[in-house]
Amino acid sequence: MGSDAVWIIGSNMTKFGKHPDKDVVDLAADASRNALKDAGISLADVGVLGVGNLMNAGAGIGQQLQKQIGQTGIPVFNVSNACATGATALRVAVMAVKAGETDVGMAVGVEKLAGAGLLGQRGPKPESDTWEPSGRHGALSSTEGRIGTSIMPGVFAQVGMEYGHKYGGTSFELFARISEKNHAHSTLNPLAAYQKRFTLDEIMNDVMIAYPNTRPMCSGNCDGAAAMIVVSDEKMKSMPSEVQKRAVKISASVLTSDPWVDGCQILPDVNTLTRNAATQAYEQAGIGPEDLDLVELHDCFATAELVHYDNLMLCEEGGAVDFFESGAPWRDGAKPVNVSGGLQSKGHPIAATGIANIHEIVMHLRGEAGDRQIEGAKVGLAHVIGLGSACGVHILEKVA
Amino acid sequence: MSENQKSEQKSKTGEIPFVDYLVLGEDPYLQANECESCGARYFDRRNACASCFEDNFRQVPIATEGEVTSFSIVQMGPIPYVSAVVDCDGTSVKCTLMNVEATPESVKLGMNVKLMTYSMGEDSEGVEAIAFGFEPASS
Repeated sequence: MGSDAVWIIGSNMTKFGKHPDKDVVDLAADASRNALKDAGISLADVGVLGVGNLMNAGAGIGQQLQKQIGQTGIPVFNVSNACATGATALRVAVMAVKAGETDVGMAVGVEKLAGAGLLGQRGPKPESDTWEPSGRHGALSSTEGRIGTSIMPGVFAQVGMEYGHKYGGTSFELFARISEKNHAHSTLNPLAAYQKRFTLDEIMNDVMIAYPNTRPMCSGNCDGAAAMIVVSDEKMKSMPSEVQKRAVKISASVLTSDPWVDGCQILPDVNTLTRNAATQAYEQAGIGPEDLDLVELHDCFATAELVHYDNLMLCEEGGAVDFFESGAPWRDGAKPVNVSGGLQSKGHPIAATGIANIHEIVMHLRGEAGDRQIEGAKVGLAHVIGLGSACGVHILEKVA
Repeated sequence: MSENQKSEQKSKTGEIPFVDYLVLGEDPYLQANECESCGARYFDRRNACASCFEDNFRQVPIATEGEVTSFSIVQMGPIPYVSAVVDCDGTSVKCTLMNVEATPESVKLGMNVKLMTYSMGEDSEGVEAIAFGFEPASS
């Protein structure tokens, strides 16, 4: 990479969970100010601000944040890209630094979702006493339930079941065991929304949301924010040695959308764009999946985690079930996955997720992950995907 | 289907399909807009082909039998239902499975299903809405 490398010198996330006494801007301000403090720089040094928020996408949260932490007149990019919103905000900051427009960028992702309920559900149409077709399918009323489901737990359940149909070996119990792993990991993460270890029986006998996903197998709606400071190679070299020592290199930063594939209009294809993003990221970083010491992937549902083992090429094509059965993705396994607890227990404040997963990797590469530290971690990958679709993959390395 | 064609179908038969791509008649079937240039199929209206960017489409009938390649039993409302993806001779179709118990014991990946239609009721002008689903095939 050489001189066009981009480095993370500051990183922070709030505790995920319920923050009834804080609004969206409060949470963003907490994460931003702590990330600046972590980097040892001032807001006056920041040349570009990327801010991700999904639920108030038209509200200019970036400028609202500036009003609370400092109005310096720099360009603000308010972004919204489904569950990949946070990664998109970071991409903006990284691109601006790479393009040489500024030496220092800040990215923030923030969401308040506690109690938001199911996402992807559309409200009822106004009642009419005659059948009136509307929309691109000319449907007479909501298609939900009438023509399958478009609600997230059901869509991602089908993503996992489709993998099972293609390659075999999946079962309700297998998916539940993936969830068991992530909940077990969460007990070591004080910033996770839920830190409760569940037995396999508890997971399988909990409320069924969309078979085979029970409630603990679904990501939790919650509040949270995460923020990150990125700098150019030149800027990094001018920083004090204690900052340089903790700097983490962004070896790959990739964002993809879903290319057309047969059947993607029926069941969203979360696989191709993830595989494309991973391929580009490995190429950019000049490393392979075998070099990764830990992975944070987008386990919005237990059924999704399985397919991404394969999409990120942590296993051979079709080998995700064997990969899980080998114990590899447990924190003491060969390829630890979601040692933060994943979205199922850490929580999923949508726009914060795509920065928080990178924050988790940063903490391990710095050796600052506390009780859940993966010893000697030097390379990590963070992945998010938002339906629609958008996929972000970042590969980070500890070089110094 | 254009609005004109739709109202034509409505007045002629006294029936209206739940979605444009359900063609009613003695043997109902689903119909896709197929790209004349690359063969990609769409159930909704497209401005251009998402695969090859061309904009000429022809209407093609979809096989009425197929194989379940994925499903979920959605249990978030008062009545559980089975959402499924069916491979109809190479074209994927999204549907709700009908006439089958919504339990993991009753629904299997790879099971054979066939198209069926049912009434959603009449509106104030006496027009009956007809929806489709798929149900287990005897074979």
